[in-house]
Amino acid sequence: MEPHPPGRGDTALTIAGKTFGSRLILGTGGAASHAQLAEAITASGTELVTVALRRVDPNASGSVLDVIEKCGVDLLPNTAGCFTAEQAVRTARLAREAFDTDWIKLEVIGDEDTLLPDPVELLDAAETLVRDGFTVLPYTSDDPVLARRLEDAGCAAVMPLAAPIGTGLGVRNPHNLALICEHANVPVICDAGIGTASDAALAMELGCSAVLLATAVTRAADPALMAAAMRDAVNAGRAARLAGRIPKRHLAKASSTFEGMADL
Amino acid sequence: MKIEVNGEAREGITTVIDAIAAVTEARRGIAAAVNGEVVPRSEWDRPLADGDAVEVLTATQGG
Repeated sequence: MEPHPPGRGDTALTIAGKTFGSRLILGTGGAASHAQLAEAITASGTELVTVALRRVDPNASGSVLDVIEKCGVDLLPNTAGCFTAEQAVRTARLAREAFDTDWIKLEVIGDEDTLLPDPVELLDAAETLVRDGFTVLPYTSDDPVLARRLEDAGCAAVMPLAAPIGTGLGVRNPHNLALICEHANVPVICDAGIGTASDAALAMELGCSAVLLATAVTRAADPALMAAAMRDAVNAGRAARLAGRIPKRHLAKASSTFEGMADL
Repeated sequence: MKIEVNGEAREGITTVIDAIAAVTEARRGIAAAVNGEVVPRSEWDRPLADGDAVEVLTATQGG
């Protein structure tokens, strides 16, 4: 991996020309209540949160939209639950009507047990949505070739998984994630599989531009505290990446000089 | 005329906006599809045909 050029200066995260002050994107799935979600959003420092599109529940009290508006963050609708390109494209078009945004987190799932993306349907949907004028952020497997194909299709970012959705297993293939970061010309957002703060920091150290996570925060024993931990982890990982880590060595290298040692 | 709204058969519904009003008072953050096709907000007064299936959707918590 090429060493990152040293330097203190950092630039803000920019996706499709829009700049964000935070490199953490928060999924809202799994929160026990709207109040708890609001606390977590605030503690995370995020400026962008995801929502799913579902049938209206006539018995629902309050809306996640009210929480998002109150917190003053932007909304990123997803196509969660879609198994075909056709379903995902329709869902994206509905989301555009509902929320007046052409941004879409594109998810096309290929397997019920692992919830891993279906690469063929995903690329197909991405191409259609880009043609349709959407700003497409695809949730993808950690395959560098697929990431390149999605970028070539005109996606505004690529969002490779750390591990399957909701597993909290952390970055399973750091090498692939680093390869994707190394070659991408659009932001790489590590999406799914983050379990705790060190996972988020590692994703950033590997070169990701941002991290998207939901379950790790919303199902933590103390969601707001974990949200704050994730905020700090993303910042720390980013700083460490920019700082340029030392190479790993096989044997020890003394940090104290042997010169001037007393003859004891 | 039989119309299905979010999977439930309903009577007395003749337009898309009727179908929306049958399940929610909200208008913001709502999208509607008839037989799987998106109906833009500007066309919500569109009349429905017997047997049409309407989906009325909104935001929910999701990753």
